[in-house]
Amino acid sequence: MTTPALEATDLVVEFPVGRGQKVHAVSGVSLSVAPGETLGILGESGCGKSTIGRALIQMPAPDSGTVRLGDRELTGLRAKELRGARARMQIIMQDPISSLNPRRKVKDLVWESHAIWGYDGDDKEAKIDEVLRAVGLDPETVRERRPHELSGGQAQRVCIARALMMDPVVLICDEPVSSLDVSVQAQILNLLEATKARYDLSLVFIAHDVAVVKNISDRVMVMYLGKSCEVLPSEDLHLRAVHPYTRLLLSSLPEAQQSSSANGDVVVERVAAELPSPLNPPSGCRFRTRCPLATDRCAAEEPLLRDIGAGHQVACHNVAL
Amino acid sequence: MTAPLLEVDDLRTRFLTPRGPMVAVDGVSLTLAAGETLGIVGESGSGKSVLGRTIMGLITNGPTTTVTGAVRVDGADIHQLTPQGRRALWGTKIAMVFQDPMTSLNPTKRVGTHLSESLRFHRGLSRGAARTRAVELLKLVGIPEPERRAGQYPHELSGGMRQRVVIAMALACDPKLLIADEPTTALDVTVQKQILDLLQSLAERLQMATILISHDLGTVSGRTDRVAVMYAGRVVESGETRDVFAQPRHPYSGALIESIPRLDAASHSLLPAIVGQPPNMLNPPSGCRFAPRCAFAQDRCRTETPALVDDVACHFPLTQALEVHA
Amino acid sequence: MSETALLPAAPEAPAVPAARGRSARVLVLSIAGLVASVAMILLSASPDYFVTTLRLVVAAAGVALMVVSGSALGRQLFGPAFDLSFWFSVAWLLLLGLAVTFAPWLPFGEHLDVANSLDQPINASPDPFSANPLGTNLFGLDLLARSVYGARSSLVIAVTAVVIGTVIGGAIGMVAGYFQKSVDRVVGIFTNSLLAVPPLILLIALATVLEPRIRNIAFALSLLTIPGMVRLARATTMLYAPREFVVAARALGATRVRILFRELLPNVLLPIVSLAIVMISILIVAEASLSFLGLGIEPPEPTWGNMIAEGEGTVFEDHPHIVLVPGTFLFLTVFAFNLVGEKARRRWDPRSVKL
Repeated sequence: MTTPALEATDLVVEFPVGRGQKVHAVSGVSLSVAPGETLGILGESGCGKSTIGRALIQMPAPDSGTVRLGDRELTGLRAKELRGARARMQIIMQDPISSLNPRRKVKDLVWESHAIWGYDGDDKEAKIDEVLRAVGLDPETVRERRPHELSGGQAQRVCIARALMMDPVVLICDEPVSSLDVSVQAQILNLLEATKARYDLSLVFIAHDVAVVKNISDRVMVMYLGKSCEVLPSEDLHLRAVHPYTRLLLSSLPEAQQSSSANGDVVVERVAAELPSPLNPPSGCRFRTRCPLATDRCAAEEPLLRDIGAGHQVACHNVAL
Repeated sequence: MTAPLLEVDDLRTRFLTPRGPMVAVDGVSLTLAAGETLGIVGESGSGKSVLGRTIMGLITNGPTTTVTGAVRVDGADIHQLTPQGRRALWGTKIAMVFQDPMTSLNPTKRVGTHLSESLRFHRGLSRGAARTRAVELLKLVGIPEPERRAGQYPHELSGGMRQRVVIAMALACDPKLLIADEPTTALDVTVQKQILDLLQSLAERLQMATILISHDLGTVSGRTDRVAVMYAGRVVESGETRDVFAQPRHPYSGALIESIPRLDAASHSLLPAIVGQPPNMLNPPSGCRFAPRCAFAQDRCRTETPALVDDVACHFPLTQALEVHA
Repeated sequence: MSETALLPAAPEAPAVPAARGRSARVLVLSIAGLVASVAMILLSASPDYFVTTLRLVVAAAGVALMVVSGSALGRQLFGPAFDLSFWFSVAWLLLLGLAVTFAPWLPFGEHLDVANSLDQPINASPDPFSANPLGTNLFGLDLLARSVYGARSSLVIAVTAVVIGTVIGGAIGMVAGYFQKSVDRVVGIFTNSLLAVPPLILLIALATVLEPRIRNIAFALSLLTIPGMVRLARATTMLYAPREFVVAARALGATRVRILFRELLPNVLLPIVSLAIVMISILIVAEASLSFLGLGIEPPEPTWGNMIAEGEGTVFEDHPHIVLVPGTFLFLTVFAFNLVGEKARRRWDPRSVKL
């Protein structure tokens, strides 16, 4: 078996919020991404999916658990070593405009990585133009612009260009299209696919939109309240998913994006008085307060991810197989 | 046939910005019958939110704003009324729900107070009667334990619950028309569906006309009778929602529907993206505003503005049904 | 019929061309008004032409006419957004800056050496058309010259103090805002203790220890600016530090020093500079107060504070110009710095910070 491009085991991230309370943002999640693979992480706000993205690049580092990039262990490195070690892993964030320093020009933003690492060749202009063209921007028009003179889609392309200059092996995309206009989202998704193939990247794609994640990913991990509840191949995800929460997400999708086969499947959500708080998550299975299948066992015993064949894992006591 | 509940006639909203004049809404005409639901779909900058606020009368003539055309609610032109006249209309005839429920609620007032205040102001109810009615309204919008919730403050509620409270406030005086401007954009996917279901069932139950404004085609499809697609300040296509989604005739609507990833498509399928960026509204393109991004544009499109004829504003409308729906 | 219906259907013809048509007339009128207002102010400043009450009336009318015609002229030349008070402030500061820089070469009367002013009238009233346009003091020294030389020490002290305070306070604030945790706590104790000492008492204490020289007074005053600068720099840094572009820079492998200088400093700088401009005006007043109390630069070396102090006792009643001339300089300068600083702050400061 080949070494995964990125592997994380048992990540735990907690944020103290005062008075001895902690937000349990991520509670024991493991994942691995094979070279050239795209792993989708799907979940709603507050499920910890963005926290995982940040924990992978060690900003902030997880409270426990390990992250390996290729064969290099990242957790526990000193700041100086980490700087170089994690540079082969880059991150694309949700808000492209604020991902770019407002006082810099596009050419300097793109060149930043080389400036940091002291690379200084005669081919500076040529390299900048090449990477700008690679992300579908016209160097002549954008080279001298500042971030506020770019549209959201253009800014996101600059972010991708900047990440590519680092020659990364893993690209973490944290909701890269959710702040963009509908007509521009598809452009960026296509660009990410093309870039991945061209630069031989592995992708971690974090988003809340089932259809978007399904389209771009090879495998999808579904998260709820800091836990991973289902991991499955993206092909036919809408037919194969069995975890009640995944089914709920699928049935929440508007009609226009659903397939006819998913339509017949009605998931009744138990009307919950409150959404559970990540300060004090429910015992056992964290989804049980909203789950139509919940039993006493779900409160007492936490379901672990178990393999149900064909690369499909699910953490639920009650789904019939 | 009776006169429509809402009539928007050649509405133009023009702002004087520091960087020049901007026509945010450029000649929009709509009608809406009582009890009907209309979806308005568009991207950021399409003018859909400005249109909603201009219909509501929140945007009206001022030092930097010019509104021309007419918005008639039950025959009364909202932009001809005095500010007092408009205020009397708000809540009782026409009400609005905004994107962010937290900014619509006063953090220092209890949930019940929000509701009972407007009841006492518009309806002249006594304190006790208003309180009873407030609890009824909270129950109507599906808030569990309404008596207890009425005594809580907005920050004690989740985002979905807050949006339910805002809807209850809008419904307090039985408006005939509800304008919902991106009512679910700030909410989680699973909660979005609940809120949209709620709006739909309330509209049916109370015989209330609804305008649902959204950037998300999915939100509008299947939940509205008719839809208007806006691009760069103009309506480019309108019609029965089912027809527009199954067989869009404007290239923009078609491309927009096709560019959304679908669950039943194979993974890693190339999305038919629309090239280019939405136009700069300070300096919109001449002719058809979609022409620079349109796959079918010809010379005529770049010079001659197509009028909205037979519900589509295009010189060369599409004639084929979309593959995905065929 | 209402106004809405009267508006043209295609409102692409704004009202600007109509205004342009009148521009020649307004231009001539406003220039004439400006000239007339200057004449009125000069005439009223001279004792020869009007009786005292009429002088006040003419002066007030002149100022009013100047404001009206000045803003009309400005609007004609620079468009409707023209802000008269802002450009007046800029003009005043430029003029003062030039006068201060070139003071030794300007044809002023004696400002320092009483031996050279023996032949001059004492306590002469201002007369724009005499050798001492703003009058003289008890020793016959020229008040215009003294005000300009006074501005030299006032401005040098205030600017030096603010520069010291901005560099030190800004650096401390950025470090505290970026690293937070224990660094921030130590800095918090430091700034809070500086703020807890009443500034006047601190200054008086320092003035008794230090020799009253420009360098020492600037140093003492800089202590007043540090806490405000630390707070603003810290707050702005904390605003930008969690932003995505800082995360991106860290992911690229940027060192902390690089992030502080290349990513954060350019964003923190503008709000800091605008606060610094406002601070200059505060320090000019502080320096004048020290001099007034006799703790600053000592006479005969002029500063605005010790010039105002010359009006102690019955002098002010008999010769109000002794106080009014340096007072007006002080007022206009403080006003101008405040206005310019406020304008800069409104434009650049992401969050206002109380001093």
